[in-house]
Amino acid sequence: MKKGFLRGLILFAVVAGLCFMTRHRGGPSDARGTSIGEQSLAPDFSLPDLAGQKLDLSSYRGKVVLLDFWATWCDPCREEIPHFVNLQNKYGDRGLQIIGVSMDDGPEPVREFYQRFKMNYPVVMGNAKTGELFGGVLGLPIAFLIGPDGRVSAKHIGATNISVFEKEIVNLLPSKAGLSRPCS
Amino acid sequence: MSLRIKSRSTLFSLIFGTVAIALASGALAYQANLIPASRLINPDDLVQILQSAKSEKPLMIQVGSHVLYSQAHIPGSEYIGPASSESGLQSLRKRVESLPRNKFIVLYCGCCPWSHCPNIKPADNALKAMGFTNLKVLYISNNFGADWVEKGYPVAKGD
Repeated sequence: MKKGFLRGLILFAVVAGLCFMTRHRGGPSDARGTSIGEQSLAPDFSLPDLAGQKLDLSSYRGKVVLLDFWATWCDPCREEIPHFVNLQNKYGDRGLQIIGVSMDDGPEPVREFYQRFKMNYPVVMGNAKTGELFGGVLGLPIAFLIGPDGRVSAKHIGATNISVFEKEIVNLLPSKAGLSRPCS
Repeated sequence: MSLRIKSRSTLFSLIFGTVAIALASGALAYQANLIPASRLINPDDLVQILQSAKSEKPLMIQVGSHVLYSQAHIPGSEYIGPASSESGLQSLRKRVESLPRNKFIVLYCGCCPWSHCPNIKPADNALKAMGFTNLKVLYISNNFGADWVEKGYPVAKGD
């Protein structure tokens, strides 16, 4: 009787364990992807820029990176870009690097846009996989602020006032004297 | 002399007015806000239709970005091409031209905030011009991620 009870308990444990595992198996919800929250390590990618050269996000470790997902047909994106150009001019020598990830279907309109808007930071051609890496880029614009340690400091969905970006960037950059910002 | 000046100023006014109207028309052409509320369908309502055994299922067409469609789209929906481009509109017209004009069709995009969407109004205009009478546009206020995926509605990925 004891053996029978034990067998029953083991069987129950196995079935319960299987039920638990299958409950959490993915299905259509896999399309939702992994959430990228603040303080997550920013996923690395290697994508071609407009000249066809590979750009690795990880090569910018040590800089403050503003990673902007955008497209030429996206009005709010187009409104942000001139402000990003100004920010790159203003803080580039202090360690800011803005990188645009175009979600256009091809590079031709992006090259023309790049010239017309006198963009002064690299733009790479993103794709669905890039979007999924960053938790799903399912609307534009989306911008990630990445600290020198490679961790996501902030995520902004939709058009964002440039003063918000500037404040966050300044908080992450070393002070003008070159000293690290003291812990607050 | 005075007659020539009057003619010139009238001419300039006409030209200026025409250009202004043309620009305004162009700007309004993709104003999703101009789609009447009676032809909008909310995500909640569309999900109920899709999940109901009795309701007629619409032909759903995503008329925005392929990169966004690949990451997530409504299961069963088709990707046609961005309706902000002439090639996308041509593909859309070709897809529906043989359909009965009372076919239930739902158009959606979700690329960006509703009032800024460059795709949804041109697509709506094209199908209305073709005589489709049972046409709805999915109202996506912010973007597909926020207003569909994050609400837990059914999602598929890939092409």
